[in-house]
Amino acid sequence: MKKEVRLMKGNEVLAEAAIRCGADAYFGYPITPQSEVMETLMELQPWETTGMVVLQAESEVAAINMVYGAASTGKRVLTSSSSPGVSLMSEGFSYLAGAELPCVVINVTRGGPGLGTIQPSQSDYFQATKGGAHGDFHLITLAPSSVQEMHDFVFDAFELAFKYRNPVMILSDGVIGQMMEKVVLADQRPRRTEAEVIAAEKDWALTGKTADREEHVITSLELDPYAQERFNEKLIAKYNKVRENEVRYETYKTEDADYIIVAFGSAARICTMTVDMAREAGYKVGLIRPITLFPFPTKAIAEMAAKGAKGFLSAELNHGQMVEDVRLAVNGKAPVEHYGRSGGAVFSPDEVYNALLTKIIKK
Amino acid sequence: MAKIKGTIIVDIERCKGCGVCVPSCPANVLALSHHVNGKGYNYSYMANPDACIGCASCAIMCPDSVITVYRQKFE
Amino acid sequence: MAELEVQIKEENLVYRKSPLLTDKIMHYCPGCSHGTVHKLVAEVIDELGIQEKTIGVSPVGCSVFAYNYLHIDWSQAAHGRACAVATGIKRTNPDKMVFTYQGDGDLAAIGTAETIHACNRGENIAVIFINNAIYGMTGGQMAPTTLIGMKTATSPYGRDPKIHGFPYKIADIVSQLSGTCYVTRQSVHTPAAVRKTKAAIKKAFENAMAGKGLSFVEVVSTCNSGWKMSPVDANKWMEENLVPFYPLGDIKG
Repeated sequence: MKKEVRLMKGNEVLAEAAIRCGADAYFGYPITPQSEVMETLMELQPWETTGMVVLQAESEVAAINMVYGAASTGKRVLTSSSSPGVSLMSEGFSYLAGAELPCVVINVTRGGPGLGTIQPSQSDYFQATKGGAHGDFHLITLAPSSVQEMHDFVFDAFELAFKYRNPVMILSDGVIGQMMEKVVLADQRPRRTEAEVIAAEKDWALTGKTADREEHVITSLELDPYAQERFNEKLIAKYNKVRENEVRYETYKTEDADYIIVAFGSAARICTMTVDMAREAGYKVGLIRPITLFPFPTKAIAEMAAKGAKGFLSAELNHGQMVEDVRLAVNGKAPVEHYGRSGGAVFSPDEVYNALLTKIIKK
Repeated sequence: MAKIKGTIIVDIERCKGCGVCVPSCPANVLALSHHVNGKGYNYSYMANPDACIGCASCAIMCPDSVITVYRQKFE
Repeated sequence: MAELEVQIKEENLVYRKSPLLTDKIMHYCPGCSHGTVHKLVAEVIDELGIQEKTIGVSPVGCSVFAYNYLHIDWSQAAHGRACAVATGIKRTNPDKMVFTYQGDGDLAAIGTAETIHACNRGENIAVIFINNAIYGMTGGQMAPTTLIGMKTATSPYGRDPKIHGFPYKIADIVSQLSGTCYVTRQSVHTPAAVRKTKAAIKKAFENAMAGKGLSFVEVVSTCNSGWKMSPVDANKWMEENLVPFYPLGDIKG
């Protein structure tokens, strides 16, 4: 069957993908630069077609707790926001992870801290990959670098969320959210029926207590420290499984590379050109683009270091966040430096090239 | 003449001896025992059982649902 | 007539613990109003025959463990967010009977925004609001509903409006909103009051199932431990002090 191909904005395609993957609900609150997600959903009125609920909440705090409620019942539910709004939601992430609830959260990142700017940034890397709220937990984090991946990762995120019963974040930014690209749209998938939800999530979802089962309780509260510790160990085992099975990354000209740029999302697109510039100048440079930020492609980077890469440059739209994970992966085997712009400023390929020369190659 | 008579059964081990049942009884049947249960609470009991009319006011008030009420009509 | 003995058999049964209540002993202090209201919720669900349809949302506060005591499915919300959680459940499960059970700190302090906006949207849920004018779980601190002059752990010299602000009547506020269909203030300090509260909860649940909008049932309650008095004295104190400020009866619908 012929696939539907359209020219679409990143934020709009998130909405389209949410409907097409059979999501049951979206709860959100407007914030630049991702407001088109809810605007598009409201325009498409999916409640008339698939039955998907779309609701504008009174705040990001309310939105993430509506997500928590709907997720409690085994529904496929998502929200989207941008950095300051994501901070407001972060309490909810901890509760969702603590109650082992699946859901999808999209952060179309803007410059911070505080209210910051409305231009693109990658300064929420720490928040997205290290848990980002109280307690020992992680979000599974996917970083799209194209409008097509904005589409595809909504599907992938729901799959991961239900596979591991954990919130999954799509860490995008204002570049990917606002730009238009060709996208191949997936066919509409049906929403799960009530019977399918009951069958698939019979061990935990709140579908109404029937005579054939005990009541289900969604909670993250435990008064016994040893029981809480046992639960935390179970979570950590789950995250280790995620680390083992779900790492995704992409490489560009790394086979023979002496120097490696590490970049994700929109920064990785820019750095692809840096690689080409460096190659033209005769330097063997390659790029690794982590697609999953948690789990981080630690092993792949460690192997590059072990194979003799002479230096790594972590190029990020922030003042040095992912570089810490790169350093842990390289583990002292080669120099690791950071180059970044922040506050909404975006680097150009030659800025990264110059940084590569001064910080790594000619040092 | 017909007489309606009631009685209650207190789940003594679950009673916390809060005493809110005592003033709720319109027939002054209830009191807190001088004895204690396993938790050390002075549990509720029928100090004046003959006066019970089985109205269930005590049971309705009981926060811990420890009182069961029966009533019988004697011709 | 002393020889007449009531026979303990099913046909003579007048009242027994609701089958919807679990066998767990409630963690509440002796005489706490929570137990009484839990029981009423259980009885209403049983009488309406909606156990399989009902999903409860418990708050943060003393009643966080409400989920241990009723044989229904429960979601436990972050502090103050019960109405948002209930919105998420109800919107995606319109055939379910969804209710929140919240205290004054949860509903009227940290969760004010979620409460007001769920009311204003007219979510088809029931909200049960236990107002005992104090934070019980954390050890008796001042609540938004603490009366002027009332001593608590954080107003040890009595609530002074110049320092602590004023108590407020959130039931009156939500009654002004178009989305609420039924707002009432009840209590459980006498058998008659308990019966009225049960009727109010039943009406609220029926409204939610009929899609009439949000029903808000405030229960003026005691916290004898927090108030530092006996359960019986707490009921009296409540009647003499709380009820004049929070008058009982239907406010709307």
